[in-house]
Amino acid sequence: MRGFSYLRPGSPDEAREAARDPSAAFLAGGTTLLDLAKCGVAEPERVVDITHLSGLATITVGDDRITLGALATMSRVADEADIRTHCPAVAEALSQAASAQIRNMATIGGNLMQRTRCAYFRDPATFPACNKRAPGSGCAAIGGAVRNHAVLGVSESCIATYPGDLATALVAFDAVVHVGERRIAADDFFLLPGATPDREHPLEPGEMITAIAIPASPAARRSTYLKIRDRQSYEFAAASAAVGLELAADGRTIRDLRVALGGVATKPWRARGVEDALRGKIFEPETVKRASLAAMEGAVDHGANRFKIDLAPRVVARAILTLGGLA
Amino acid sequence: MTGTDTKTKHGDASDGSSNSLGARLSRFDGPDKIRGAARYALENHPANLAHAVIVQSTIAAGTVRAIDVAAAQVAPGVLLVLTPDNALHLDSASNWLGAPPPDAPYLPLARTVTFNGQHVAAVVAETLEQAIEAASLIRITYDATDAIPDFDDPRAGEGQPMDPMKIDWGDAETAFAAAPVRIEETYRTPREYNVPLEPHGLVAQWDGDALTIWEPSQWIDGMARTYAEWFAIPFDKVRIVSPYVGGGFGSKALACAHGAIAIMAAKMVGRPVKLAVTRPQSFTAFGGRPATRQTIALGATREGKLLSIVHRGDNETSVDGFAVEPLGAVTALMYATANLSSRQNIVPVNTVLPGPLRAPGENPSAFGIESAIDELAYAVGADPLAIRLLNYAEEDPHARKPWSTRQLREAFAVGAERFGWSRRTPAPRSMREGNQLIGWGVAAGTYPVRRTAGEALVRILADGTVEVASSSIDMGTGTYTILAQTAADALGVAPDRVRVKLGDSSLPRAPVAGGSQLANLMTGAVHKAALAARDELIGLAINHPSSPFRDVQANTLVIADGRIAAPRGNGPAVPIAELMRKIGREQIEVLRDTLPEASRSDEDRYKNFTTVATMRSPTDGDYSLHSWCAHFVEVRVDADFGTVRVSRVVSGIDSGRVYNPKLAESQWQGGIIMGIGQALLEEGIVDRRHARVVNNNLADYLIATNADIPDIEVISVGIPDPHASALGGKAVGELGIVGVAPAIANAVYHATGRRIRELPITLDKLM
Ligand SMILES: Cc1cc2nc3c(=O)[nH]c(=O)nc-3n(C[C@H](O)[C@H](O)[C@H](O)COP(=O)(O)OP(=O)(O)OC[C@H]3O[C@@H](n4cnc5c(N)ncnc54)[C@H](O)[C@@H]3O)c2cc1C
Ligand code: SF4
Repeated sequence: MRGFSYLRPGSPDEAREAARDPSAAFLAGGTTLLDLAKCGVAEPERVVDITHLSGLATITVGDDRITLGALATMSRVADEADIRTHCPAVAEALSQAASAQIRNMATIGGNLMQRTRCAYFRDPATFPACNKRAPGSGCAAIGGAVRNHAVLGVSESCIATYPGDLATALVAFDAVVHVGERRIAADDFFLLPGATPDREHPLEPGEMITAIAIPASPAARRSTYLKIRDRQSYEFAAASAAVGLELAADGRTIRDLRVALGGVATKPWRARGVEDALRGKIFEPETVKRASLAAMEGAVDHGANRFKIDLAPRVVARAILTLGGLA
Repeated sequence: MTGTDTKTKHGDASDGSSNSLGARLSRFDGPDKIRGAARYALENHPANLAHAVIVQSTIAAGTVRAIDVAAAQVAPGVLLVLTPDNALHLDSASNWLGAPPPDAPYLPLARTVTFNGQHVAAVVAETLEQAIEAASLIRITYDATDAIPDFDDPRAGEGQPMDPMKIDWGDAETAFAAAPVRIEETYRTPREYNVPLEPHGLVAQWDGDALTIWEPSQWIDGMARTYAEWFAIPFDKVRIVSPYVGGGFGSKALACAHGAIAIMAAKMVGRPVKLAVTRPQSFTAFGGRPATRQTIALGATREGKLLSIVHRGDNETSVDGFAVEPLGAVTALMYATANLSSRQNIVPVNTVLPGPLRAPGENPSAFGIESAIDELAYAVGADPLAIRLLNYAEEDPHARKPWSTRQLREAFAVGAERFGWSRRTPAPRSMREGNQLIGWGVAAGTYPVRRTAGEALVRILADGTVEVASSSIDMGTGTYTILAQTAADALGVAPDRVRVKLGDSSLPRAPVAGGSQLANLMTGAVHKAALAARDELIGLAINHPSSPFRDVQANTLVIADGRIAAPRGNGPAVPIAELMRKIGREQIEVLRDTLPEASRSDEDRYKNFTTVATMRSPTDGDYSLHSWCAHFVEVRVDADFGTVRVSRVVSGIDSGRVYNPKLAESQWQGGIIMGIGQALLEEGIVDRRHARVVNNNLADYLIATNADIPDIEVISVGIPDPHASALGGKAVGELGIVGVAPAIANAVYHATGRRIRELPITLDKLM
């Protein structure tokens, strides 16, 4: 916890201007930022409070898309009846995330920007080595307690899991992140760690998420979010799947399928391999189960997290089968 | 002195229709807590308060080479940077048995580091934020040496045998070798932590050589003794104030290093100092339950009758301390067997010294034996409930004494009935619903009745209300309420006419609120004092010249509903207040203790209240005294994911007479809830390279949430036990958790056919 200055800008432009300095941070619900400040990971010199900006909390559900203002809270979006109809996976992802208290505070924009729960990342006083926090310092997690670390998208520099639920659903349904006038596909909004795990998003200092748009689709309407964890509430996913399904007019041929994984990868993980394997196929349990194994293509474990490689395809298969009424 | 000489209601546990002892009253301290009017220790802010923040080690073994305090010292608001170099000299204190301390200084800030997360330095500043910031500027360098992260490390070795824990009868090894049916398995529990909602910490204030401490405490007199010895001041110069305790589970019974640091800091800066241990720090500021492993060999007949039990247990301890988690506690008590052998080792590793956590010993012990007997049931094709009844111990098989009361058969019967046990299909994986594998499991639990003498003051006031005073504490367990009920009962007034004051050294003394003994010993003391007060009042009513009863010619009078009257109703019924006015008394005050006649010297009293040396074991006397329970559990295990959900719990419980069913049920259910967390979630995850617990926060150290908890039905089958306590109660607080984890593990086996012998039962173990 360091001293910092606190600003409450009157407009989005003022906010962007105030946050242009790399040592500045936007403050929305604060459930990530304050947490990280307390454990010594976030040390902003300037905190730019955007919670009072008007016009950024609107939720609109139109024929072609759902638009979520960046400052809409998780609980508001989760409870919105139209969203439960147009994209149940989004509502379900949100209502199974964090705790009721956190959902009441936390915003959609902040949610996308939440950071990994890697215990080594969060304890700088004890573990100086963390490439995500201090580029080039090494990775304290590899070789340590890694039950919750990623098996997909990992690099030699970092194996930290992206922990969020909402983004998994967004990636599945080709959502678009609005950063002022800029539009970034959700899948591109999250970067693989590679050699630069410190760089998690393509945002420049001062850039602010203003909204998220989710295109309407039959698959989004028939979608679900399945989150598996040891504790029934208030725990991050051991593995999760956001899945949407559209069947052809015959009621048994898969016309469109969307699959994304959470809790197992360094970013929200679109499983196109599963989608491709099933598009055009007859909806049938064995086919679905077999195809779901493709979700783990390229997976690498570090011992204690090996179970995720077995678990995730089962989660995918169950979610797909549930949507088709066969689970 | 016993309860039988008054007209108290001695019913079974549910005699709750009356308005006094045995009644189902809500907690008297509840409304203040809900309104935020109950002031907890860290909410006391004396004038001129300064704030202290601790810095902990980031290595597990070695020595502190240097502490660079330059930047911290000049940070804004800093009053003091405390390190081993400028720390005040403290004496060592005696341990909780009162054994004389070593002639060496006590060092709450370590120069030699023996575990990761040990206190090394502290900062005192004007504000908490300034202290936090300055603490982050301290740079410590170490000369690290190799650490032993846990007892699985080969360098940890076998550990030290605990000879006093040896139990032997018959010839267990030979009988095992000759038994027609043999099973032998190892059961393990991980490090588990006390995570009460209220954090640890204190506010310390010096006034000359008098010390006032606001601190949550399970044992005011014991902690005051330690503080007095550390700081070499007289015991009666230490006042601890602890009217409310937000949970402790054993972790708030003893003074900790952070207490010494705060008190030392207050002395050095000449101001009151507040120190709150952060949640991450709390994982190493005091110890939780140590990791345990036990190997249990059961030899039995083909019908499942036990012939022999061979038990070998280990628990982790710290390299510079001594902690025993008695793993044979239930093993040698629950079942009849002609041959038994039990041994225990403690294995030093680089960890904080483990401490008590709800039912230390009994809890992991039951996980072992209650899993093993279940394995035996399957091995011989017996019903898991039937095999427990087949091996029912009619007397204490170890002490060879009769049970005072043992309603375990009744607990099994009522639990099985309410649960529907007879509809269970025996084969594993035989009860499926879609993707859900359903399993039913049973296990028993027990907790001993421990006894220490108590003391209480009862005061009848001029307005007819009553005050009860004791330095004993209420950590949400219901002490305020049941002591009011006890006094009300003995004095014949309504419980809401009784005000109970607790948790302050200035009040009559009390021993530790641990070992589930407090309710029984304090109701005994309050009952005794209240009867004496009643007798004094009645004596005055009969004899005082201005009493309205002067002419009634009664040998005695009765008090009911706050009115005094002649026993046969001949004559007036006078409210207590009116009598007090007539006889011109401001108050009647009686102080009583329950110490044995022969040990009431000042020295005896000091020992009784500040050590556990006088605590009587459950088998001291003619009987063996224990509480008992039987848990029936249904789980649903997802066939693909291995996730376990507890969907139903029914428990039959024998805690003897129950003073307030609502509060006792809440304790039992709380224990069961904690047991569900222990079975499925709780585990300190150690990074073995650093010997550090890395999930040291409540997002990552998982305890059960509401969503994990089904309806829990607890049914009291206890009967008043006159041998166990003055008013007939047995242990309540720690009982409920014992046996929950094995009941769940047994249910998981029934559901899946997979025997999980290592807690917690996480999904990866079942996939
Ligand atoms: C104990 C715990 C458990 C949790 N469990 C889950 C879970 O199970 N699933 C899950 O999905 N999440 C979980 N979370 C994460 C939670 O959802 C996030 O903390 C929350 O969504 C962040 O939103 P916020 O508004 O509070 O963000 P803040 O803390 O205010 O901000 C977070 C970050 O985003 C930046 N930021 C905020 N708004 C914007 C914007 N508009 N544009 C650009 N940058 C911005 C901030 O500068 C900061 O760096 C958990 C969190 C905690 C503390
Ligand atoms: S896994 Fe990534 S976040 Fe965790 S310690 Fe390694 S580099 Fe840091």
